[in-house]
Amino acid sequence: MMEGLSETSRPAIGHGFRLQWESVQDAHVLLYPEGMVKLNPSAAAILTRCDGLRMLADIISDLERTYSAEGLGEDVLAFVRLALERNWLELRQ
Amino acid sequence: MSIAAHGAPPGRPGPPLWLLLELTYRCPLHCVFCYNPTDMSHLGRELDTGEWLRVLREARALGAVQLGLSGGEPLVRDDLTAIVAEAHRLGFYTNLTTSGIGLTEERLAALKEAGLDHIQLSFQDSTRAMNDFLSSTRTFDVKSRVAALIRKYRYPMVLNVVIHRLNIDHVEEILAMAERLGAEYVELANTQYYGWAWLNRARLLPSREQLRRAEESTRRFRERLGSRMRIFFVVPDYFETRPKPCMKGLGRIFLAISPDGVALPCHAARMLPGLSLPSVREASIGSIWYDSPAFNYYRGEEWMKEPCRSCPQRSQDFGGCRCQAFLLTGDAANADPVCALSPHHHLVTRIVEQAASEADGEHPLIFRDHRAPRAAG
Repeated sequence: MMEGLSETSRPAIGHGFRLQWESVQDAHVLLYPEGMVKLNPSAAAILTRCDGLRMLADIISDLERTYSAEGLGEDVLAFVRLALERNWLELRQ
Repeated sequence: MSIAAHGAPPGRPGPPLWLLLELTYRCPLHCVFCYNPTDMSHLGRELDTGEWLRVLREARALGAVQLGLSGGEPLVRDDLTAIVAEAHRLGFYTNLTTSGIGLTEERLAALKEAGLDHIQLSFQDSTRAMNDFLSSTRTFDVKSRVAALIRKYRYPMVLNVVIHRLNIDHVEEILAMAERLGAEYVELANTQYYGWAWLNRARLLPSREQLRRAEESTRRFRERLGSRMRIFFVVPDYFETRPKPCMKGLGRIFLAISPDGVALPCHAARMLPGLSLPSVREASIGSIWYDSPAFNYYRGEEWMKEPCRSCPQRSQDFGGCRCQAFLLTGDAANADPVCALSPHHHLVTRIVEQAASEADGEHPLIFRDHRAPRAAG
């Protein structure tokens, strides 16, 4: 799956996972069978943009625009790789 | 479950992130390892639909987010779909634990439509059904039909098999069967000794040698199947020297509501002496979780005795399991005797040694019977 990762990939939240805002925890969480990951703000900023429609390149530029930052590509890619490994994300080419 | 217990400041516990509804103790099965109460004669009537929905709303408002639906067999409740639908609408992640008995396609389609997120198919009885299972007859047909339905509706196929002395030598056949069922995850969960399983412990606890062989079989399957079928092997904690961090500490993340509305800080807490367990019929979930003496009693470290009280591990394992401490030592505040540091650890090692030598004939198996609690209404 990982070999397919490129700027044109369209990552989506993995099957069986659900991303949602939890106000009591003041955080986004990722829910999966009998478990939960509490996300830090940067992980949440990336995952909330992974809707299976947007290409990775667009997600990166959106993040750079939103946070007035440059060169986020490597960090985002590293996180997306990790998230794919853990099945938090899946790829729609 | 793998919800991290958040480092809530002392004094104010975090929310009950993990809510378990034991919707009913009614069940078509008679499992000898069931952890449900052995005496159900004095239980109140089951909560009705409206009461369960109120529990869901109140718990969700406090921050509960993972929902387990179990029992008994939850499918015997004909309002299961309505409960799932409301839970989904509220934002719960919904997990159903079922034997699959009664799961028709019509029923599953409705549950999927209602927003059910996950199903765990349990494999049940140790004798008749296990024989059926191993000889590929009736039970296997039921299970494979249900397994196919679960896959058809795009759920991961998760199989849970309770392991004990009477089936542990068949782990290889069980895994082969799981492979034929198309299981993606298999949990080989060694029996936990509460309820009916406690009564039958002398017949159910495997020997160390049996355990070793089962782990070896499991390893071979893992090698062959890799990620195609992931196998979790849960060792019975009697064989451990460190206790399990039971419920990640009582009153920290886990809240169970039993069929008659009694709130429990762990599945088996009904047995703990001196705990006056609150009921959702008389109190709100908020006051039960934050204010009731029963849920506060085992929070923090005040209740601990030595060696837990000064143990560097106490914030990791919380002294282990209160119910196990009570069942084996007679005092729920003692260290879980599974812990090698417990002065009662010899009780556990003696039980394990006996398991290797006892003849089965000395202890009749006691099947869970059906002096069943009453239905709602």
